[in-house]
Amino acid sequence: MRRVGLLDYGSGNLHSAARALSVAGADVTVSSDLAELRTLDGLVVPGVGAFAACMDSLSRSGGADLIREWAAAERPLLGICVGHQVLFDQGHEHGLVTPGIGLYEGAVVALEARRLPHMGWNTVDPGDTEILFEGLHGERFYFVHSYAAPGPVTAVRAATAEHEGSRFVAAAQRGTVSSTQFHPEKSGAAGARLIANWLRGH
Amino acid sequence: MAVALRVIPCLDVHDGRVVKGVNFTNLRDAGDPVELAAKYSADGADELTFLDISASSDGRATTREMVARCAETVFIPLTVGGGVREVSDVDLLLRAGADKVGINTGALARPGVIDEIARVFGNQVLVLSVDARREPGMPSGFGVTTHGGRRSAGVDAIEWAREACDRGVGEILLNSMDADGTTDGFDIEMLTAVRQVVDVPLIASGGAGTVEHFVEAARAGADAVLAASVFHYQSLTVAEVKDGLRTAGFEVR
Repeated sequence: MRRVGLLDYGSGNLHSAARALSVAGADVTVSSDLAELRTLDGLVVPGVGAFAACMDSLSRSGGADLIREWAAAERPLLGICVGHQVLFDQGHEHGLVTPGIGLYEGAVVALEARRLPHMGWNTVDPGDTEILFEGLHGERFYFVHSYAAPGPVTAVRAATAEHEGSRFVAAAQRGTVSSTQFHPEKSGAAGARLIANWLRGH
Repeated sequence: MAVALRVIPCLDVHDGRVVKGVNFTNLRDAGDPVELAAKYSADGADELTFLDISASSDGRATTREMVARCAETVFIPLTVGGGVREVSDVDLLLRAGADKVGINTGALARPGVIDEIARVFGNQVLVLSVDARREPGMPSGFGVTTHGGRRSAGVDAIEWAREACDRGVGEILLNSMDADGTTDGFDIEMLTAVRQVVDVPLIASGGAGTVEHFVEAARAGADAVLAASVFHYQSLTVAEVKDGLRTAGFEVR
């Protein structure tokens, strides 16, 4: 797969993701134009900040429907950070429950740890997500988040990571949909390899 | 396995060049920011911090352009601070390619801006930079300074760190103005005092001279260690610091 669309719905640092995808060999189009994105082979959904704010922007921009349509058509999709979290059924923040896109069962909840945000380079147990982590066993990836899905998740292949004894879903795969809680575009050579693995897998 | 202790080279940037002085005076040119960033990243830096000490809006624009060039080639997190006063300043830096934004004087002038930034972008983008030194009149004995340590802000450093966390900063960069540029070691006493009151990640800054200094800061509870001179003038490499931390039993990348 070469032609990848990066969904611009007003969330996050798109430059880094676009550059990292392009270094990994993709022909990247950053766009908020759903019709333009539909002509491409793969879709990358970034996201930073709060679950509710991201879901709101995704819903208003039509991005949420595009993601559902993309998954239903079994086309390759990669969610990053909050772009991973919104693929779950729900997000719980400050007592507020926000419906997610619902491609994965379960909820994204506050991490149970004293030191938050969970910020920095952590190891990942690839679990049964063999494609994404090929050649990456033992590598560290850059995380920055205070919420996560505790897992395990029904019908989803999951890689996990641990922070202060709390284990959570670090990456997920279901059909043609993949996503990472960490930032591969900020994870140096290991992140570049993961992105290349995703591109090669489709 | 746990999250690794981060080693962060800091680049003080003035009108597009990296500079370094002792206690923010006698600035010397230390190189091209983008070249240095790439070199540090290749050497194992876990993150990079740019502090823009330009005084003009032209200087700030030059910094944003430099950050954008950096983000093109360096795939590790970039924090940029300097001149951040409003939500719109954060927006400009994030759009330029920064992953996190440092705030210092702007937050002292109007603490509510912390709440505003955290509400719009989340607390994970916001690093409170605290330039503090011993100040006998303060309840904790440590006071916040402004203007590169030349003026007292009239605020207790420990109380300020606590308040900023309550308002929504996601990380604290604690810079000792007593130790800055001296290479005599981090201010362990101040680091320990701040560690006791904040749960967000804490970055130790100011005074690094030897590998053992970094180990001392890690033992005092720092989640990350930051230094400028020792890396710019090549008295230590990032790899040497990480080897020392690993030998002392800390997890590093």
